[in-house]
Amino acid sequence: MDKVIRWIDDRFPLTALWESQWGKYVAPKNFNFWYYFGSLAAFVLVIQIVTGIFLTMNYKPDAAKAFESVEYIMRDVQWGWLIRYMHSTGASMFFVVVYLHMFRALLYGSYRKPRELTWIIGCLIYLALMAEAFFGYLLPWGQMSYWGAQVIVNLFATVPVIGEDLALWIRGDYTISDITLNRFFAFHVIAIPLVLLGLVAAHLMALHETGSNNPDGVEIKKQPKDPKTGLPLDGIYSHPYYTIKDIVGVVVFLAVFSVIVFFMPEMGGYFLEYNNFIPADPLKTPEHIAPVWYFTPFYAMLRAVPSEILPFLPATQFYGVLVMGAAVVILFALPWLDRGDVKSIRYRGWRYKAWLAAFVVAFLVLGYLGVVPVTVWGQFGPGVPLVGGVDVATVVARVLTLVYFLFFLLMPWYTARDVTKPVPERVR
Amino acid sequence: MNKTALILAAALAVLAGVAHAAGAPAPRMESASIDPRDVPSLQRGARTFVNYCLNCHSAKYMRYNRLADLGLGDQQIADNLVLTGRFEATDAGVQYVPTKTGETMQVAMRPEDAKAWFGAPPPDLSVQARVRGERWLYNYFLAFYRDERSATGWNNLVFANVGMPHALWELQGTQKLVATSFDKASDANAAAIAAKGLALVEPTPDHRFVVKTLAPDVPGTMSPAEYRRAIGDLVNFMAYVAEPAKVQRTRLGLVVLMFLGVLFVLAYWLKREYWKDVH
Repeated sequence: MDKVIRWIDDRFPLTALWESQWGKYVAPKNFNFWYYFGSLAAFVLVIQIVTGIFLTMNYKPDAAKAFESVEYIMRDVQWGWLIRYMHSTGASMFFVVVYLHMFRALLYGSYRKPRELTWIIGCLIYLALMAEAFFGYLLPWGQMSYWGAQVIVNLFATVPVIGEDLALWIRGDYTISDITLNRFFAFHVIAIPLVLLGLVAAHLMALHETGSNNPDGVEIKKQPKDPKTGLPLDGIYSHPYYTIKDIVGVVVFLAVFSVIVFFMPEMGGYFLEYNNFIPADPLKTPEHIAPVWYFTPFYAMLRAVPSEILPFLPATQFYGVLVMGAAVVILFALPWLDRGDVKSIRYRGWRYKAWLAAFVVAFLVLGYLGVVPVTVWGQFGPGVPLVGGVDVATVVARVLTLVYFLFFLLMPWYTARDVTKPVPERVR
Repeated sequence: MNKTALILAAALAVLAGVAHAAGAPAPRMESASIDPRDVPSLQRGARTFVNYCLNCHSAKYMRYNRLADLGLGDQQIADNLVLTGRFEATDAGVQYVPTKTGETMQVAMRPEDAKAWFGAPPPDLSVQARVRGERWLYNYFLAFYRDERSATGWNNLVFANVGMPHALWELQGTQKLVATSFDKASDANAAAIAAKGLALVEPTPDHRFVVKTLAPDVPGTMSPAEYRRAIGDLVNFMAYVAEPAKVQRTRLGLVVLMFLGVLFVLAYWLKREYWKDVH
């Protein structure tokens, strides 16, 4: 075995690659609960790729056969139902895991110097993941697949001047059609996965270059080395310590995943929407078009922005589209918006804590509002100044959209003014 | 405004419409007790399904021989449940060939006839139970009543102005609509609850509230209790058709979770052992 490895090492940096990326990678010893979600995201990616390969063997990207081929997988393909439910559950769980992973970065300032590139590549992964989910959602060719795609592609049509041609170019047709299905299939099974894999590799390489942050925000690379081991005082080898620890995380995750796959694959209509069991019908618009849950915060923002902002500006839904796009793009600027003295929430002052709490509440409530009709909370009475007769949910969504953006836009001020606690030399 | 913007506006208007629809009154429904493991119930449901539903509806993703799940052999399925076939030219002339059990549940009716007779072809029933839900279907089968103003002579309390006539009327008999008017919403809701069954409260344009319930008119061949059992079996079968692997899924799920439980103990123990030297 040694001889084989030496033979390879003389020709390819196998051992060096393994050691630099994981085998001899030194990580802080104080990772907590929030640090499971990186390895879990990689695990879900593997689930999606493997189940996706098997689905592709029986799925037919053809408007006349797509819906049927999914039912064929569910009924006639050996274990087809399991593979399909794993893939549909995996799609939603990917977002659950990635949202928690991103929240970890907000908690402990993981995006800050010197890890800006890791954060930016991570944001690109999030973008690619959204594209992957969007393209994939058309493939079952149900009513929600069809009309969801219709609404999203029409968002591009709101772009001034080129919008209509842009939407036509994306669809390849005047409506969502067989042509659209074919190209979305190509994007879903090869184009975006290639991009995702490349980005994930870059994300890990960037992380392993700078070293991991930790719940205390202490830079272990700056610590003195332990004379016996030659490692930073609070550093341990990720292998075997975190390899073994992450296996525990994977098993717990698989338990949650299995409860969904085996006992509630539709997850109350959130993971598999009930209307998506009706085959796509271009002539029949469903009563209720709502995106899948992981897009709903942004969808709620889109709906909240009025099409008429100022009297001298043309009335268009494009403003909402811009706000929705900005809500994602603004994530990229995070490393430069944060001016705090410390990274971790443990040593931050009350201002950052309050803003982060407000941000989380805004994101969750917007997510809820994106699922339900705008009339869910009724209207303000006609006598109420400014908002009389307007849907309560719309006003709430507007306020929360503002909170979402202010979390970022005011960050340079409130983080700089925050009274922080001193960061210890060693991790707790 | 350009065309795409119009489409978008329409989509958003639809959302506003949902909001309205969500505000529309939903009927109080009876609960349906359904057990996907009750094989005799599924078999009875299958009989009702092929006799009453498959004449107009298809279940075109469902193979007849999959009914082996219900403990039925190929011959039993062919003899009792396959009612369709086609005429084929053979050496001995044109012959009637019954549908093979390896085929799916197609409908004998041609789509163009269906469109002419019902306005729209009746929907395929393969996954209908996943769209509507079991409870809705159960109440839908309870909720037909005579309505002279509709084209078919039937209407439905759960699905207003439905295009489908009451296919099970021989079994249930006929029902008539009973509408009682109330001044206050609270009184109307109280009356709907007191009805102890299907009831719909609707506001009227003159700010009153109408409680709609159903009363038996002409009795059918089944008693109300027998009919409820029959449609319970039917809905049970439709739920099975919508996801034949469901029982297998939950059974396997328990095994997988037990395995993961054992794996967790081992993984956690291993982690504790390794992490002993980290201080």
